[in-house]
Amino acid sequence: MTNKEDEKKGSRYERNESIFQWILIVSSIILLLILIGIFVTLPLNSMDSIKEFGLRFVISTDWSPQKELFGALPFIVGTLLTSFIALLFSIPFALSIALFLGEYFTHGIISTILKSAVELLAGIPSIIYGFWGIFVLVPVIRMLQIKLGIAPYGVGIFTSAVILTIMIIPYSASIGREVIQLVPNDYKEAAYSMGATRFEVIRQVILPIARSGVLAGIILSLGRALGETMAVTMLIGNVNKLPDFSVAVPEGFSLFSFHSYVTLFDNILKGFLDGVFSPSNTMASIIANEFTETTTDLQLSSIVEIGLVLFIMTLIINLIGRYIIKKTSVM
Amino acid sequence: MKERTYYRIARDKIFISTVVLLCAISIVPLLLILYYIAINGISAINWEFLFNLPAPVGEEGGGVSNAIIGTLMLVVIASIMAVPIGILTGIYLSENKDSRFAGMIRSTVEVIMGVPSIILGIIAYAWVVLPMRQFSALAGGVALAIMMLPVIIRSTEETLNLIPNELKEASLALGVPYYRTMIKVILPVGLSGIITGILLGVARIAGETAPLLFTAFGNQFMNLNIFKPVNSLPLMIYYYATSPYEQWHVDAWGASFLLAIFVLGLNFITKLVARR
Repeated sequence: MTNKEDEKKGSRYERNESIFQWILIVSSIILLLILIGIFVTLPLNSMDSIKEFGLRFVISTDWSPQKELFGALPFIVGTLLTSFIALLFSIPFALSIALFLGEYFTHGIISTILKSAVELLAGIPSIIYGFWGIFVLVPVIRMLQIKLGIAPYGVGIFTSAVILTIMIIPYSASIGREVIQLVPNDYKEAAYSMGATRFEVIRQVILPIARSGVLAGIILSLGRALGETMAVTMLIGNVNKLPDFSVAVPEGFSLFSFHSYVTLFDNILKGFLDGVFSPSNTMASIIANEFTETTTDLQLSSIVEIGLVLFIMTLIINLIGRYIIKKTSVM
Repeated sequence: MKERTYYRIARDKIFISTVVLLCAISIVPLLLILYYIAINGISAINWEFLFNLPAPVGEEGGGVSNAIIGTLMLVVIASIMAVPIGILTGIYLSENKDSRFAGMIRSTVEVIMGVPSIILGIIAYAWVVLPMRQFSALAGGVALAIMMLPVIIRSTEETLNLIPNELKEASLALGVPYYRTMIKVILPVGLSGIITGILLGVARIAGETAPLLFTAFGNQFMNLNIFKPVNSLPLMIYYYATSPYEQWHVDAWGASFLLAIFVLGLNFITKLVARR
């Protein structure tokens, strides 16, 4: 009697067991399906534009719904410019924070404050960065532009890059800190015992060991910058043109006159500033702006194709970053 | 020789001063942002602001109640979809550490983590808005759920990995079946870690705007129907901030204050739970 009950119970357990295992596997498969779905959905919905423009899509600078011509180069350039300027700006700050928290002050009240501050920076929603940027950062940049003698738009590539810098510092800083903390004490002590200063230890021991990890953090923060939408959309100025870096050759330019070179240098500087400060659009911001305002199917599918290009770019950047991290952690 | 030493010490001092200076500078934007939100936000907030619907331009006394409710709706919809799948996948990954399939799922999670949020908006548009021919809270919830999943999965997996194997072995040795061991022994032990993950996920999506632009879309009225467009605090800030009306800017500051309190508060609670 009891034996039979036990047997019944046993087979019920076995059944539940396999149901449980199946549920686990199915939920994992759902995740896989989501990713496959993303991979399929984007090309499927941009088929029209892929067929119509082919490779021209990424090298054409013409984006005009009236003429039914769509080229994504201005947005690709806008995205790369804002992201790389932001990356450049963020590196010294992120590295300092990483060293401060990972090496100089690993414990104590100051480090807790800085750590919480960095976490807060990472937690603030991007819409708030954008909103704050419009009302606080834009007037400041406008003043700067007037000082520099260029068109005072206020919004533009430079403004977006500044806000992106603030937004990505926490990511590269926190990965950098983790890697720097992982550097074995033995190496550092060996260097100290030979009389090295802290700076020398950092430069000749810590950074060489932590280098690839720090690099990975920077690359991953680039991935974030590329895809960042709202703050950039609100600050970039939304102009569908290639940023203009053109340099005017001074009138009566002569190879042998010193004055000509001075003017040329002035013009180069001005062209550079004009380009860096000019309003533009990024891939993410054009999607945010025009997705719901498309007039034709071709325009919609072109915008989805921009999404596809953005997806592939961030995917590659992220994979490189992850690969470097994985290789480092093996060491 | 002595000069050389002085030079090296000086270089060391200059370096640490630079590091401290740069750290100090990078906190400045945070202080400025918090300052502006607090100054402009608190003065915008009163009972009417919390409980009224948006007023037309020029009228006083507009509120953001629909956006608050909409944000909560979106968070709940996203959580209902993401939490079970996230926890179960997390269990699967921590139970099958070395299997090839688990490795594949792990990479999948990492890739999804890195997908820009605006692209998830496009995806939810294609999957939900197009077939239903309507912007809806559900579509917004789908986009947010995909954003939330990787966070929950990761923290579940990491939490479960920390639980000593002996605990599981003890339960199994007593004859408790595997699935009951997981549900009754392992999950309760890891509960605080899993909750941390869910809260982190909510904090990640609560402030998101980009995936909602063409899914939840925004709505000037109160809406509780998940198949209709809803407003949310971030969407409202976006539309109000980019509008030319003074009163709307004030409202946007108020909404920013609420959103910041909500998101940063969640992060804070997460820390408290994680510390336990």
